[in-house]
Amino acid sequence: MGKIKLKPKARKGVIKVKAIVKHPMETGFRKDKKGELIPANHIDNVTVTHNGTKVVDADIGAAVSKDPYFQFQVPGAKGDEVTLAYTDNNGGSGSATAKSK
Amino acid sequence: MKKIIITMATTALLSSPVALAQQSPAVQADIDAFQSYFIYNFANSGINSFSKGPYAMSDDKMMQFEAIMEMPPFEDLLEKGEELWHKPFANGKIFSSCFKEFDTEIRAAYPRWNHNKGKVDTLEQALIDCLVTNGEKKWGTGKGKHAWVAAYLTNIGVGTVINVIVPADDPAALAAYNDGKRFYYAKRGQLNMSCANCHIDNAGKRARGNTLSTGLGQTTHFPVWRGKWAKSKGDGFGTIQRRYGGCNKQVRAKPFKRHKSQYDNLEFFHTAMSNGMEISGTEYRE
Amino acid sequence: MKRRLFLKSAMASSAVVTAVGAGLLTPNMVFAASDAFKATSDAASSAAAGAAEGTFKFKAPKIAENGAVVPVSVDASKMSDVSNISFLVQSNATPLAASFNFSGALGFVSTRIKMGKTSPVTAVVTAGGSVSAITSEIKVTVGGCGG
Repeated sequence: MGKIKLKPKARKGVIKVKAIVKHPMETGFRKDKKGELIPANHIDNVTVTHNGTKVVDADIGAAVSKDPYFQFQVPGAKGDEVTLAYTDNNGGSGSATAKSK
Repeated sequence: MKKIIITMATTALLSSPVALAQQSPAVQADIDAFQSYFIYNFANSGINSFSKGPYAMSDDKMMQFEAIMEMPPFEDLLEKGEELWHKPFANGKIFSSCFKEFDTEIRAAYPRWNHNKGKVDTLEQALIDCLVTNGEKKWGTGKGKHAWVAAYLTNIGVGTVINVIVPADDPAALAAYNDGKRFYYAKRGQLNMSCANCHIDNAGKRARGNTLSTGLGQTTHFPVWRGKWAKSKGDGFGTIQRRYGGCNKQVRAKPFKRHKSQYDNLEFFHTAMSNGMEISGTEYRE
Repeated sequence: MKRRLFLKSAMASSAVVTAVGAGLLTPNMVFAASDAFKATSDAASSAAAGAAEGTFKFKAPKIAENGAVVPVSVDASKMSDVSNISFLVQSNATPLAASFNFSGALGFVSTRIKMGKTSPVTAVVTAGGSVSAITSEIKVTVGGCGG
């Protein structure tokens, strides 16, 4: 699905990692115009790595908003490499890497 | 330190139009009355705090506004607007060739009175005119590409000051302004309500779950990205005249077509009421 | 000040158990959440039930502007050894909205959740092995101008 917008910004020893992942996050409860259920299609896992080390591993449910936004805080400095990766319940996945500004 | 915007869109060769148009005193009196009403009745830290509308009135709402604005959902669309602004037409020209202002000054230069045409010029109409003049196909108005480009211009114009002039020596301009003013105060629709009923009489109060914004400051942040317009198929962006149509529909009045005299004159009056305020950029709204 | 509703321990765990027993958790609902996720949700609900009142910061609106995009955040960065932050939306079919595990990042997370209706929302923080929670009610309304 999704393009990932990843913006890590370092300040005073902490990198604020802000990201939006484009994803429909369908719960599986919604019906389409014909009255049929739209199948669940949502991110189920998000990981964040910092200079190669995994620092966040999240189980994500369908109640998270469409095109989800996340903000994390990781001890670190300008220039550090941050990667955000996701998988969804249909086997989809994506990732993005950015250097902290 | 107001920037005086030169409103002449035509040559100066004709019967001595003033180079620096004087504001009609009746209009200035209206502006002063309108603004003092809000400044007096609503806690504020200067006139520019009114641009945040309902968010300025509730910490709870402001928190949600700021949370969304941490990473606004519309950044991509603004980038698209920027690309379209710079993209050459088939004839090689670009949008800025149709405007005599610097790009950053365009937003605050509109709406304005066009003496020669005897009508109000709006930025959104000017964009369409530019396409037509350069042999391009017209875009649909109010949303999509039209809104993205207009939003881009609003964003780069942050901090420029609104200064709509209704030239003192031009009765047709005053007539258009008064037409817009009448519209604002006229009751309409099955619910029989005017713009003023909600945004002056009941500003700060609630209409069901929504807090009504003050009339002052409404024109500093359009096009706007509305959560409601982003549900289902929309991308969320809309111009001010798109919102006028929506508001009219909400009181069960038939909306007018965009960029005809009704909404153009309304925009003329409405924007003049916020003279002196800074453009605050494209923002999130509910 | 946020109104703090205490999660009654009787309610949380037994509500899930009752629902399963009564067949209210039907196969349809499995569409929305895998078994593994449901298990995580049940565990989170139980943990929240027995939790102490949290001293971290839980930011959530009182009245959501838009039930599809409700910003929530937890700042437990001053606590040491934060290993997990979870959000539970009591009225949702599967209460767990998300469960964030930390192994190096600070105990902070901000995200946006969907809520179909007014509900208590609980933020649960696990730090150094102990669990604490804060519950806040978020109202979801129909808009008059925007809705």
